[in-house]
Parts: sequence; structure tokens; C-alpha cells
Amino acid sequence: MIGRLVPIILFVLLGLLLAVGLKIADHKTEIPSPLIGKKIPEFSLPALGQADVSITNEDLIGQPFLINVWASWCPTCRIEHPYVEELAASGRLRVIGLNYRDEEEDALAWLEYFGDPYALNMADVSGRTAIDFGVYAAPESFLVDADGYILFKQIGMLTPEIIEKEILPRIQPAGSGQP
Amino acid sequence: MISSQLKIFMAVVTVVLMVPAFAAGEPLIFTDPEKEARYQQLTVELRCLVCQNQNLADSDAPLAQDLRREIYDMMQAGRTDDEIKQFLIDRYGDFVLYKPPVKSNTLVLWLMPAVLLFGGALVVIIVVRKRGLNPGGQEEESS
Repeated sequence: MIGRLVPIILFVLLGLLLAVGLKIADHKTEIPSPLIGKKIPEFSLPALGQADVSITNEDLIGQPFLINVWASWCPTCRIEHPYVEELAASGRLRVIGLNYRDEEEDALAWLEYFGDPYALNMADVSGRTAIDFGVYAAPESFLVDADGYILFKQIGMLTPEIIEKEILPRIQPAGSGQP
Repeated sequence: MISSQLKIFMAVVTVVLMVPAFAAGEPLIFTDPEKEARYQQLTVELRCLVCQNQNLADSDAPLAQDLRREIYDMMQAGRTDDEIKQFLIDRYGDFVLYKPPVKSNTLVLWLMPAVLLFGGALVVIIVVRKRGLNPGGQEEESS
């Protein structure tokens, strides 16, 4: 009698395993960043359009900010652009641009056409600094606290929902609904 | 006559075999063949993060090119394979390795083949023993 139940039990267990596997597979293309909870990497990059001005990691620290990795060749960056502008215009969070593997001319034309929400824009032409950030595609965004620690990473485009639910709650002062 | 056909055949085979050598895209020159072999080995073991089912050696994605260049530079600077892998893990996580390390969250992955093999063997032993003890068992059931 019990012998007959064994295949059924095994089948149920296999079903559970596959269900769990499918649930994990939903997120499998999104690689969790090992950088969360760590300090932003050290870098020194020229400001976009001002090759003689250099911006370092130390320059950014002091208040929370969002590093938005973008490029003029990136179609998804266009889609998220209005949301980035909205966030920057709201004054709730400083948005720093990391222009990734782009041509300066194209990047500046892109900003002129679509609008420039960035408090600062750094040009990473070689993509070397992006490697230190663990960037593997644009757009990506990193939420960084006032001390320079990475709180959250968004792979792919920002949406109003992600900004409201994942980004802004993380920088609100303690006691105002922070998880 | 045959030898000239053979020569042409050999030439074609040689060209075909050379293609993978060019696939990497950018000319990274190694003076030390041992280093070159290490480079080839490393880039095959590491995953391209943009096209995730390709390794770094095969991928033409810009990031894969950047990472190959980075690996090349680190090798020229005398860094070991483990240091280079750690460099990438620090930035991209274990996912960059095709062969995941043994950790608490990958234990199931590593132990499962052994568990399945052992379990299978156990089932076989039980079945064989049953039959050995009761040779007429199957007939009994059908009658």
C-alpha cells in the first residue's frame, strides 16, 4: 500500500522542485549585484563635455544620490528618460549621469534633444569605471546614500513605480515608513 | 593528383580551424604562449553577462570586449587566475563563473547528482533483492 504512494509522493516533490525553480527562473536574468551595501568604487572621470573637469567618487558623497547609467545609443534610456527628469525635477533626489561608452557629441545632442535632468554627468568612454560598478548594460541605476554606500541597484529602466517603491523609501529618514 | 586535392582540403581545414582565433575580435597579443593558453582558458570559463549563455571568449558584446581587455591587462600585470576571477566576482557576482563555487546556496546544486546516484543505486538494490528473494514474484502478481 505504502509502496504505491511512493511514486505519487516523488511526483509531488518533483512538482514542488520545478515550481520553485520556475519562480527563481523568473528573475534569473537579473544578476544581484555584489556591490549592494558596499561603498561606490573609486574613480576619476571627466565631466561630459568638459574634458578638463574631473569628477571623483569623493565629489559625489555628502547627500544621497542616484547614479543613472545611460547612453545615446541605448533605446531603453529614452523610455525611462521622462521618469528620470520627473525625479530630478521633484528635487527629492540628486541624479548623477554616467554616460556609458558613448560619443561625446552624440551624448550632448541627446541631452539637448531630450532634456538634461542630471546634476552632473560623467563620461565613461572606455567603460572602465562601469566595470568597477558591475554594469553590464544600460540603463542601470545605483542608489547611493550620503556616505557613499550603494543601497539599491536597478537593472534596466526606471519606472515611476520603482522610483516610488524601491528608491525613495530607502533614503527617507528613519521613522517615516522605512522598512 | 590526390596529393594536390589533399593540399586544398588541408588548406580549407586550416582556415576553418583558424576562425575561432579571430572570433575574439580585438588583437590581444601575447608573447608568452603559456599566458595565451591561460587567457583562452579563463575567457571560456567566464560568462558574458550581456548574452548570458555565451562565454567571454565567444561573445561580441561590447562589455565582453571590455572584460577581455581587462583580463588581458591584468594578466600582463602578472595577476593570477584566481585574482582575476575574484576581480570579476567582486563586481558581477558568482554568476560570472560558469562553474559555481560550493556555498550554502549552491549546495543543492552540487550535492544533487550524488544524492540522485545514491538514491538510484538504493532503488536498484532493493528491487534486485526483492526479486532474488522471491523469484516468482512477478508471476504471482499477474495471476
